Amino acid sequence: MNASVPHIEVMRSQLGRARGLGAGHSGTSHWWAERVSAASLLPLSTWFVVQMFRLGGADHAEVVKWGGKPVNATMLAALIITTFYHAQVGLQVIVDDYVHGKAHLPTRLLVKIGTSLMGLLGVFAVIKLVVRSGSGK
Amino acid sequence: MVELRLPRNSTVGKGKTFPAPAGAKNVKTFKVYRWSPDDGKNPVIDSYELDLDTFGPMVLDAIIHIKNEVDPTLTFRRSCREGICGSCAMNIDGENTLACLKPIKSIEGDVRIYPLPHMPIVKDLVSNLDGAYAQLRSIQPWMQADSAPPPDGERRQSIEERAKLDGMWECILCFCCTTSCPSYWWNGDKYLGPAVLLAAYRWIADSRDEHTGERLDSLDDTFKLYACRTIMNCTQTCPKGLNPAKAIGRIKELQIERKI
Repeated sequence: MNASVPHIEVMRSQLGRARGLGAGHSGTSHWWAERVSAASLLPLSTWFVVQMFRLGGADHAEVVKWGGKPVNATMLAALIITTFYHAQVGLQVIVDDYVHGKAHLPTRLLVKIGTSLMGLLGVFAVIKLVVRSGSGK
Repeated sequence: MVELRLPRNSTVGKGKTFPAPAGAKNVKTFKVYRWSPDDGKNPVIDSYELDLDTFGPMVLDAIIHIKNEVDPTLTFRRSCREGICGSCAMNIDGENTLACLKPIKSIEGDVRIYPLPHMPIVKDLVSNLDGAYAQLRSIQPWMQADSAPPPDGERRQSIEERAKLDGMWECILCFCCTTSCPSYWWNGDKYLGPAVLLAAYRWIADSRDEHTGERLDSLDDTFKLYACRTIMNCTQTCPKGLNPAKAIGRIKELQIERKI
């Protein structure tokens, strides 16, 4: 290659670049999931804050007993699942905005796996509460 | 990853100063971005001290005055000088607008004039909008109907149907909105940007168009449409007072309506 002649790497037409790979057809579900999870977090977090005030000063056994009740355990699990799901969907937006090129796919996967694991950890903690209070310990 | 600082060859330096003519009473300084592809130098800001009594009231009048009387090397686009062609879109006093509609009086202190942000520069105040034009073409901004038009006339539209196009047909495609959008700055290769999405909705909302579903299909993408983060710079900056953010919101509503 002649060094004095600048080499043009991309000669694809502007229209070809603009059309790109076409629409991914997952945008609407993702956008809707983000809004629905955000709206669901409003009552769930309010419930959680109120419960925490009610439990103020309670000892460990009392909290375990509280968390073992079916309604409380359901609400806790719903809160944890919705929180980490919302975090997953929301972090994806941040990754899309700021991480470009080859790092994009691994970062997206990292967000997905990380938030899923943390959510799973929370859910298992709730199950542990239920099992503990059920066995009377 | 995202770039936090300008590349070295984009750092803006200090340029020449063109002093006001002797005896000028009403002087204002215009600081204008200058860059030429030919000399391999970094961009600079040239200062033009102008006598406001010698030309018209708008920023475009000042730029034309510079070109005609002070420095003929200044390069910019302009055509209609009355806000209908969209050619003189540039960043004035920190805001994208049309130079022909921006009164000099509305600016306090020096008048800073830059090209539209975050686009490749052709020269001085001329930015390269090829990508944005291609994106406009990609949404097929023309009527698509399979029914044959009446043989004896045009396709009919009621007054109510026609009213739905108000606030959209007025767009002159100056791309002030698109180039003001941070989401377009980060992902301009994939996100269509407010101007193109406003044009897309103009055809989605047109009662005579029969390809609404296909149009919505082609927009259902995490980037093309949904990279809009409702930052609303588009609506704030539009020199024609239009609301691209609302049009984008309407497209999202329609996407939900047919999906949920």
